[in-house]
Amino acid sequence: MKIGQIVEELSLNILAGERFLEREIRWGYCCDLLSRVMSKGKNGGVWITVQTHMNIVAVAVLTEIACIIIPEGIQVEEEVLNKAENEGVVILSSGMTAFELAGKLYKMGIVSWDD
Amino acid sequence: MTDKNQIMKQKYPIEAGNFTLAGEASGQIKKVLKQLGVDSNIVRRVTVAAYEAEMNMVIHSVGGNLTLQVTPDRITVIAEDRGPGIPDIDLAMQEGYSTAPEMARELGFGAGMGLPNIKRCADILNVHSKMGEGTLLEAHFDIKAR
Repeated sequence: MKIGQIVEELSLNILAGERFLEREIRWGYCCDLLSRVMSKGKNGGVWITVQTHMNIVAVAVLTEIACIIIPEGIQVEEEVLNKAENEGVVILSSGMTAFELAGKLYKMGIVSWDD
Repeated sequence: MTDKNQIMKQKYPIEAGNFTLAGEASGQIKKVLKQLGVDSNIVRRVTVAAYEAEMNMVIHSVGGNLTLQVTPDRITVIAEDRGPGIPDIDLAMQEGYSTAPEMARELGFGAGMGLPNIKRCADILNVHSKMGEGTLLEAHFDIKAR
């Protein structure tokens, strides 16, 4: 499934990386502890987190995560978005909670990172 | 420590407490390894280990250096800091054990997974520490193994 499809179906806002919406998503993971994401993060994943600081971009780059979704309409600082844009990281946002987002993505056929 | 087969060696200074710059050195290491054409699975393991070592120095040390060494057979990540040192390395190696300050935890660090993650990724991991002097971590990755 492409990032563009989840953006459309879940009405997500694109905060950074609009030019990469063709990227494929195969997995999903929901976690706010960066070391856990580092240890489990797989290429081509969608990662839901309430963390919005600079290091989420580093984690996404290093693990080659396809996109990050920030739930609950949490604001992300311009500096972080600029960094994401430069590093080719897609950051999306939604008013939904992480729980709702994960549920909807799962229903759309995106499996867990562990599967 | 010079090796006549060494392809390259790069050293990145790591600033204590700078969470904004944190991850930059590991990002550079990833780029270099990709440019060298290293297998993507190895790049991933080295990168995760480098990032955890970098974050450990940002969170716990007074500053140090992260070094990448590459030979035809082996990649080594060396994290060397100027203190304060790890009092009990066995304890620090236990998953879930962390001494990270509240501020780092709020940012999603301090899960007590840094050193265990490095150990899982590396083929060989050596950690030496002396209180008041510093910590030397060496993670080796065999290019041909696995």
